[in-house]
Amino acid sequence: MTVLETLQTYWQAYLYNDGSQMSGLAMTLWLLVLSLAIGFAMALVLATARVSQYKALSIPVRVYSYVFRGTPLYVQLLLIYSGIYGITFVQKTELLSMFFRNGFNCAVLAFALNTCAYTTEIFVGAIRNIPYGEVEAARAFGMSWFTLYRRIILPSALRRALPMYSNEVILMLHATSIAFAATVPDLLKVARDVNAATYQPFTAFGIAAVLYLVVSFVLVYLFRIAERKWLAFQAPAGR
Amino acid sequence: MFYGYGGVLLTGVWQTIQLALLSLLVAVVIGLAGASAKLSRSTPLRLVATAYTTLIRGVPDLVLMLLIFYSIQIGLNQVTDALKWDQIDINPFLAGVLTIGFIYGAYFTETFRGAFISVPRGQLEAGHAFGMTGAQVFRRILFPQMMRFALPGLANNWQVILKATALVSIIGLSDLVKAATDAGKGTFNMFYFMIWLGAIYLVLTSLSNLVLNKLNKRYAVGVRGAQL
Repeated sequence: MTVLETLQTYWQAYLYNDGSQMSGLAMTLWLLVLSLAIGFAMALVLATARVSQYKALSIPVRVYSYVFRGTPLYVQLLLIYSGIYGITFVQKTELLSMFFRNGFNCAVLAFALNTCAYTTEIFVGAIRNIPYGEVEAARAFGMSWFTLYRRIILPSALRRALPMYSNEVILMLHATSIAFAATVPDLLKVARDVNAATYQPFTAFGIAAVLYLVVSFVLVYLFRIAERKWLAFQAPAGR
Repeated sequence: MFYGYGGVLLTGVWQTIQLALLSLLVAVVIGLAGASAKLSRSTPLRLVATAYTTLIRGVPDLVLMLLIFYSIQIGLNQVTDALKWDQIDINPFLAGVLTIGFIYGAYFTETFRGAFISVPRGQLEAGHAFGMTGAQVFRRILFPQMMRFALPGLANNWQVILKATALVSIIGLSDLVKAATDAGKGTFNMFYFMIWLGAIYLVLTSLSNLVLNKLNKRYAVGVRGAQL
């Protein structure tokens, strides 16, 4: 089979549908968007807890992020997908068993927890780097804790976190390729199936690699536009 | 505590450490060569190095592992078939090391490139003016100072490599993950062994953090920090 024939036979599976369900690139992007959205929302809350002066709030978040950044994502996915479902209590509780039986749920849970740990650290760095004068001025205006975060700290910290966060998004796109271990039909799973059917690893994985590459470049481009818009105040003056 | 799988796990830990250290060695060598190529005056060398780092860093490591690992064997088979030789089976461990080293060499290239240009040019020129050869300048002046700038990036890359070795069980190598999943399947207690698996990785990353902090101190000798 030439590359062209492989493409003609399998392009739908690679891009969006393998005949019975969503697959390939569409599945990879769906995994990415879901886990990033959940991870981002949780990281906002956890980052504010991590910089808090109350140890009861900051220490649990530190432990969580240390554990999730210190272990491989693959191990986390194995623990959630094969480990948790093996517990008798989980199998007997209907709601839990329904959730953990599904590979897609497990993959999203593992990815969201993982990216949340890294994102929390990125946000913490950005929050700590805020000029103290801004915070003091806000306090002098009589802003409450919530208003201070909503109006001053978060808008500024999220902007300055953008370059680091764009790295995390690209790494997460790459990390989703492990989803096949939970039987999710993502881009790499399709490539593995094509390899098994055609015995041409270079073509089968090469097509997947090119698709990942294109998505990575598009994401980098989008973040560059976003930085130009939201980090305009950091751009070099003049010209 | 391990239901008789303690030995298997211990072997797995050793295999993972070997794999990670050897891959690190390969990646550092490729990284040094890549950084030199990226900073060289020759345009083709620069182009090749730039293409290498851009392509490798834009594609997931797992996809590259599968692509390279399987293609090496098939490519070699075609060569041996064409030459009418017997099939040569590549040692999977060696292929794994070379594959991971080749992938992470791209990340090391970028780290070293940044560190190389952080060393003031005048010092290198002074070295040459003293009559040192290129190798001597590298060994005596560039390398010790470059390491200072490269270490934080290297520490980061090492952690990534250590965690990336968890993927090699997917290309059929035996490592810590394989050992733990075998133990989990054998005892029907997957959860228990997966917790242990995570704990062992956590110990490995924490230990390497300790070592890297020591190294950081050693290479920072003589650097004055500002009082904040």
